[in-house]
Amino acid sequence: MQKVQEELSYLPEEAVSEIARFLGLSKSEIFGVATFYAQFRFTRSGEYTVKVCLGTSCYVRAGARIMETVQRKLGIKPGETTEDYKFSLERVACFGCCALSPVMVVDKTVYSRMTPIKAKQVLSSYH
Amino acid sequence: MDTVTLIIDGKEVKAKREATILEAALEAGIYIPTLCYYPDLIPFGACRLCIVDIEGMRGFPPACTTPATEGLVVHTNTPKLQELRRNIMELILSEHPYSCLTCPKNLNCELQRVARYIGLEKVTLPYTYKELPVNRENPFFDRDYNLCILCGRCARVCQEVRKVGAISFTYRGSETLIGTAFNQPLQEVSCEFCGACIDACPTGALMERANKWEGLPDREVVTTCPYCGVGCQLKLEVKDERIISSIPAPDGTVNHGQVCVKGRFGIAEFVQHPQRLTSPLIRRNGELKEASWDEALDLVARKLKGYKADEIGVIASAKCTNEENYVMQKFARAVLGTNNVDHCARLCHAPTVAGLVQSFGSGAMTNSINEVGNAACILAIGTNTTEDHPVIGLEVKRAVDKGAKLIVANPREIDLCRFASLWLRHNPGTDVALLMGMMRVIVDEGLLDAAFIEERCENLDAFKQALNDFDLDFVEPITGVPRDKIAQAARMFATNSPATILYAMGITQHSHGTDNVMATANLAMLTGNVGKPSTGVNPLRGQNNVQGACDMGALPNVYPGYQAVASPAIREKFEIAWGCSLPSSPGLTLVEMLEAAYRKEIKALYLIGENPALSDPDVGHVRETLAKLEFLVVQDIFLSETAKFAHVVLPAVSFAEKDGTFTNTERRVQRVRKAIEPIGDSHPDWWIICQIAKRLEAGGFDYSHPFDIMEEIRYLTPSYGGISYQRLESGGLQWPCPSDDHPGTPILHVNTFVRGKGRFIPLKYVPPGESPDEDYPLILTTGRSLYHFHTGTMTRKVAGLNIIEPEGTVEISPEDASQLAIAQGDKVRVSSRRGEIRVKAKITEASPPGVVFMTFHFVESPANILTNPKLDPISKIPELKVAAVRVEKL
Ligand code: SF4
Ligand code: SF4
Ligand code: SF4
Ligand code: FES
Ligand code: FES
Repeated sequence: MQKVQEELSYLPEEAVSEIARFLGLSKSEIFGVATFYAQFRFTRSGEYTVKVCLGTSCYVRAGARIMETVQRKLGIKPGETTEDYKFSLERVACFGCCALSPVMVVDKTVYSRMTPIKAKQVLSSYH
Repeated sequence: MDTVTLIIDGKEVKAKREATILEAALEAGIYIPTLCYYPDLIPFGACRLCIVDIEGMRGFPPACTTPATEGLVVHTNTPKLQELRRNIMELILSEHPYSCLTCPKNLNCELQRVARYIGLEKVTLPYTYKELPVNRENPFFDRDYNLCILCGRCARVCQEVRKVGAISFTYRGSETLIGTAFNQPLQEVSCEFCGACIDACPTGALMERANKWEGLPDREVVTTCPYCGVGCQLKLEVKDERIISSIPAPDGTVNHGQVCVKGRFGIAEFVQHPQRLTSPLIRRNGELKEASWDEALDLVARKLKGYKADEIGVIASAKCTNEENYVMQKFARAVLGTNNVDHCARLCHAPTVAGLVQSFGSGAMTNSINEVGNAACILAIGTNTTEDHPVIGLEVKRAVDKGAKLIVANPREIDLCRFASLWLRHNPGTDVALLMGMMRVIVDEGLLDAAFIEERCENLDAFKQALNDFDLDFVEPITGVPRDKIAQAARMFATNSPATILYAMGITQHSHGTDNVMATANLAMLTGNVGKPSTGVNPLRGQNNVQGACDMGALPNVYPGYQAVASPAIREKFEIAWGCSLPSSPGLTLVEMLEAAYRKEIKALYLIGENPALSDPDVGHVRETLAKLEFLVVQDIFLSETAKFAHVVLPAVSFAEKDGTFTNTERRVQRVRKAIEPIGDSHPDWWIICQIAKRLEAGGFDYSHPFDIMEEIRYLTPSYGGISYQRLESGGLQWPCPSDDHPGTPILHVNTFVRGKGRFIPLKYVPPGESPDEDYPLILTTGRSLYHFHTGTMTRKVAGLNIIEPEGTVEISPEDASQLAIAQGDKVRVSSRRGEIRVKAKITEASPPGVVFMTFHFVESPANILTNPKLDPISKIPELKVAAVRVEKL
């Protein structure tokens, strides 16, 4: 499953059916296992992957508000992708840079000490 | 037996070794509260309500996962345990809306029961509501996961017992939910709508929609499913004299609490359908008009009197009870004076009877359904078991689970292929070649069971001679199966013991169907797989009582119990018993009767519960024939396609409105019990026949209840001698059961074959009657689907079944489809030498190139317009499985 995800960057329905067939399990069982682990995605990811940290430190410093802002701005929930396949959104539990919290990451770039306004600006810069 | 003794709540309890503490307690009648435990499932140990206190052990282990070992002293109901349980319950209930008064499961809910037992009064924890929408996407049941307590019973039964896995735990933590892949509707995740998940659910989360708000039933009646030959035991729930639900009887010997969609959701609606016939109909000025019973019965009696015995044909029914088939054939023979009596077994398993009688001496399933699960090797040839005999399919899956090797021989990629060690995709109609090829390998490699053959069988040398023609060089091109697969299958079957053979219509419905059957018998004998548990040759009979209708002598050449009409001694026995003289020559078979009717030699036909206008080959011709009859009486519960041709239609009752017995595919006679009063002015078939007999001044038809008929059957049929209603109260009995103290016979041919020695029959390969050619380049093969039954007179009345499978299709391989430029769902014309129909195309890899597939359930696209009526010379079965056709895009 991890291989498929690496290859396609997400697990589409056909892939889940194929994996199920290969392992002699049902696609619901595979989906069940996959949803148990946070690492799997089920929609095609966008050009940019936005990750918002909701780990303890970020949470305490209003990470949730950053998440809310990003959700509203992009019109999607974590695990989803915008209709134009530009952005995907994920939530993360601690990037290991709590000192810079709250943290948001776009692809490999880390944006620290976020505020809702800064978050909007960051997103706009990718348009 | 291996038992252990322990003490539970001060009571000495004996339990099987390997039992858990919970099972030991249940066995001894001690209640321990449980939520995630469910019989037949692997213990889950998740809810922790079943915790017990074991002396000398620290902590509180769950009873459902802790083995019962010798000398344990267990307490199940201490204040400490109850307090812990209350805490657990509070946690569960803090996520469960307390809307019991408006919950459909109220009074029948396991949560309520447990809460009461542990004395839970109020929940102090803050309450969270999941606010999920109720899922109503499937036609049969609602899924309200707000009420779900995540015991996992539904998903586990779906995975462990049904081996479907349509639902599963998804997500995790506080978001955990029972769900499907991508939250798709159940229809799209291979759900079979068996309803096992509903039956397993302790709460109101899963509820059958049709009876959701009915509350508790007034009474429950255990009876036998009227659809297929498995003979599942059903519990009909009756409220206000209406059936509100049919659920599996938990202790049914055959089905162990499981059923399929037809038995679960396909009963109440057809029984209580507004289109049921409620009054006799007589044709007046070309139209069927309502009439009184007296009028109709008088008319039938008067008309029948006007024909000579051999101008009348009688067609009995594999849907009716044993008692009714007995009365029907007695009526034909004793009152009308003809042996022209037959039924639809002709169209499915006549070759089984003809073939197995020659090989073994008895034409029935040699072993029992429950043995299949313990086989080490299963050859499933010409049977789509999971669709056509779903509950036997569960046994096959159980065997595979325990490590059995499954060999599937089928041209189509059926569901069972998922579980198979080996799938042989042979060309339709080449079964003899395939089986003989396998046996050639077994003989060449010395894998045969020489001791068994020496002691029990005869004619091996002649048979070996015949095998000389079946070199794999010859077999490979004919069957289309690679030679090493054939060899592998042969070795697998010969070296894994016990090995059993399952087959169905894929073997019988051929112009050489009897040869096919004898080939399976040869294979079983060659490998010593007869007369032992989990072995044998097991024809899976299609209709609920096709076995019984044959047993009862609804056949032109035998009386009840396969006693030959042609034998003077036997005829005399029946003449004395019935007080009349009987015709000595065997009568016509079903197909022959229809032919004779076409030639106007048969002028009157009396037909019960059958629908030849849809089920028989070349139905165009059949309909022409029916139109030629001077007098046609049809007894049925609906106005079937055939009844529309009738001069008199007599409304019969369904299985739910009468008493009687059915004999399932494993020769098990089981009770049918009346659950509700007859609908409208309908009457049981046996009653109707007796009324006509009396009007024809015949004696011996004064039965007051089917009980009386069974007593007469017992007296005249040695194999049913010990089968009485009293004994059937405590479960079914498998014939032969000759006397009151005989336990019945689960396995035939144990020490000797019924005919003495098992006979090897040399066989030759004969190609099917029609091969593809330029005009008709494809092979059409026909079958059934899980969601409908036979000609659909019953299942097509069930809305939900029509939603799942609304119409017939022709299944075609992607290769053929692309060559014919056919896209998914296109309307196509399918034509054969006999006719043509229009139907939607379904492109699927299940069909091999060159072969198309249709079911025969649908009036709108009657596959049997196309099929080939060419008969097997021995058993007279028509070749329904192979016809050459052409498919064109419209
Ligand atoms: S109805 Fe049967 S197959 Fe469908 S989800 Fe329930 S248990 Fe599984
Ligand atoms: S739906 Fe019913 S059976 Fe399934 S987990 Fe929930 S409560 Fe248990
Ligand atoms: S498997 Fe056959 S007998 Fe059992 S419920 Fe289904 S149709 Fe009825
Ligand atoms: S909690 Fe956000 S980076 Fe550690
Ligand atoms: S019944 Fe034992 S843990 Fe649920």
